[in-house]
Amino acid sequence: MAEVTLHEVSKRYGATVALDRVTLTIADGAFVVLLGPTGAGKTTTLRLISGLEAPDGGDILIGGRSVLRDTPAQRDVAMVFQQYSLYPHMSVRDNLAFPLRSPVLRTPEDEIARKVREVAEVLRIEGKLENKATALSGGEMQRVSIGRALVRDPQLFLMDEPLSSLDAKLRADLRVELKRIHATLGATLLYVTHDQIEAMTMATEIGVLDQGRLVQFGTPREVYENPVSLYVAARLGLPRINTLPAGLFAGAPAGAKTIGLRPEHIRQGAGRPAQVMRIEPLGDQTRLHLRLDGHDIITLTDVHTDLEPGDSIAIEPRNALYFDATGARIA
Amino acid sequence: MAEIVIRNLRKTFGDFTAVQSSSFRIEDGEFFMLLGPSGCGKTTTLRMIAGLELPSAGEVYIDGEEVGQKPASQRDIAFVFQMFALYPHMNVRRNIAYPLVSQGMPRAQVRAKVAEVAGILGIEDILDRPVGGLSGGDRQRVALGRAIVRNPKCFLMDEPLGALDAEFREHMAEELRALHDRMGATTVYVTHDQLEAMQMGDKIVVMNHGVVEQFGTPQDIYDKPATMFVADFIGSPPMNFLRFHGSVATGDARVRLHHQALTVPALREPFDGGMVYGVRPEHVRLSDTAGYRGEIIAAEYLGTTQIVTLKTHNGEVKARIPSDQRARMGETVGLDFNGTTVTLFDSQSGRAIRSDLNEGVLSHG
Repeated sequence: MAEVTLHEVSKRYGATVALDRVTLTIADGAFVVLLGPTGAGKTTTLRLISGLEAPDGGDILIGGRSVLRDTPAQRDVAMVFQQYSLYPHMSVRDNLAFPLRSPVLRTPEDEIARKVREVAEVLRIEGKLENKATALSGGEMQRVSIGRALVRDPQLFLMDEPLSSLDAKLRADLRVELKRIHATLGATLLYVTHDQIEAMTMATEIGVLDQGRLVQFGTPREVYENPVSLYVAARLGLPRINTLPAGLFAGAPAGAKTIGLRPEHIRQGAGRPAQVMRIEPLGDQTRLHLRLDGHDIITLTDVHTDLEPGDSIAIEPRNALYFDATGARIA
Repeated sequence: MAEIVIRNLRKTFGDFTAVQSSSFRIEDGEFFMLLGPSGCGKTTTLRMIAGLELPSAGEVYIDGEEVGQKPASQRDIAFVFQMFALYPHMNVRRNIAYPLVSQGMPRAQVRAKVAEVAGILGIEDILDRPVGGLSGGDRQRVALGRAIVRNPKCFLMDEPLGALDAEFREHMAEELRALHDRMGATTVYVTHDQLEAMQMGDKIVVMNHGVVEQFGTPQDIYDKPATMFVADFIGSPPMNFLRFHGSVATGDARVRLHHQALTVPALREPFDGGMVYGVRPEHVRLSDTAGYRGEIIAAEYLGTTQIVTLKTHNGEVKARIPSDQRARMGETVGLDFNGTTVTLFDSQSGRAIRSDLNEGVLSHG
């Protein structure tokens, strides 16, 4: 495993700037998640590190050494994609062994058997080793494709939305699994997603990308509690942060254009009256859809609330976030 | 507008039983969710309501009329698929108008209908654009428009948001629900996403292996699960299951787990043998004084809240607590369960044991 550094890396496709001078360090053993909407530059970053694409500017270092002149194979990184591509005519065992049988590596067969057994154990698919790859469920296939990356002991794992094609329940299980694998192997991971729950629960650090620029890098708690901009604030939090004109409540600092209110920033029972539009019970929490001066506000309330649509409740901000006209955080 | 009644509906494909004797009722104007993991029979059920599959046995009633063996074209329903197929050579207006034009509706009337639907969906400004250049959300809106424009008796939707990315899915879910509130048309919606089902549905049917596990309102299903499958499938993280052996009598309001008496809602039936104490993560509090102990082995930060995992004598327990509360790894703490919310299960069959909490729901479910 190794530290990976991107220094002022840029990449453009024709007139489109995919990455704009991104500088980023992925510490040895870190689990870094890149978060951002479609087109923010997440996948481009992975492709540049893996060597599938070359940057237009900047440098990429793995273990302190520039790898720009290395081929993808020489960089010794393993990639896992959203669409698992297994060899359908091979057993799970042969699929897992395949990367080790590459003529470049020349791994002895007993060594291969040992590694496959080890990885199968980590991924809990020991019982399926003799199955045909096509006779597996979606979750098992994705585990095998992760396993194919694990057998190689690469310097770095790059994962491009590996869970997004799975159903919700399985995604939750594999999230826990990936975290466990990371902890057991001490692997260095760079992981791309637009699922904020994946980012919050798995990452040691989150990097938020906006149109090719890295706008914030920090622990999930830092990024959630202390976002540098409205854009970053809107990436994390369920229900989403409410963004309202700063003048809606008294007490906005000078220069504030927008106030950002997460559910924990809204105190109920005092302040301005808002109308209850809709009550949305989600089981563990109940969302309250409010309307105040023509603005929609979503917050949380008691699971078994007595409120009904048409009721009025008073709300006021508490430790809210304030942003200026450009969307930058000012308080 | 329509009421849909499903009675003893069954579908087999060769030796494989996709749906086993399902029965439930969808009231007029309801937003109704068919929820379950892949392969549970939810899509097959929807396709039988639509007339895209014919039942092997049982009946489908739409507004009192038995339509089980009728073709789709005679049922007056509109189907919205996950992969929305639009005519690529037509603009938005002609895509939406197509179902009406093919029915032979006069042009002026078609124009008026399309304008009305575009207003409902907020897509008036893109009516003359080709569909090729539209964003995913706008394409989905056009597909919806084509379904709405016919004024069908009901809408059937098969994971219509499945292909959208997470952030946008949330937004479209709100939009779909608001659209339903404006139009009030009966909607049957298939999903594997329990949050989507909780968020949008008036009622939910939870299916597993072709069997209806439970049918009811989202909050009832969440609070009073009829089976361990439902308790585990709904909720993220799911309900905690603490396994223990014991014997309970009717009227008991306590059970003993690892030498600690824990409260439960008063039981309405006796049970002896392997049981499961089922408690939701948000009903577990960390408390210094509680006698039931656990060791903190993980904490997951989620912003407003955090999920703390503890190792106990009866298995792992997850607690959802405020993120500003300290949870130190390796520390042993007391666990305080909100006993009024607990469901006991028979660990063999997975069935909920009847109590003051769930009796009302289980007797009609």
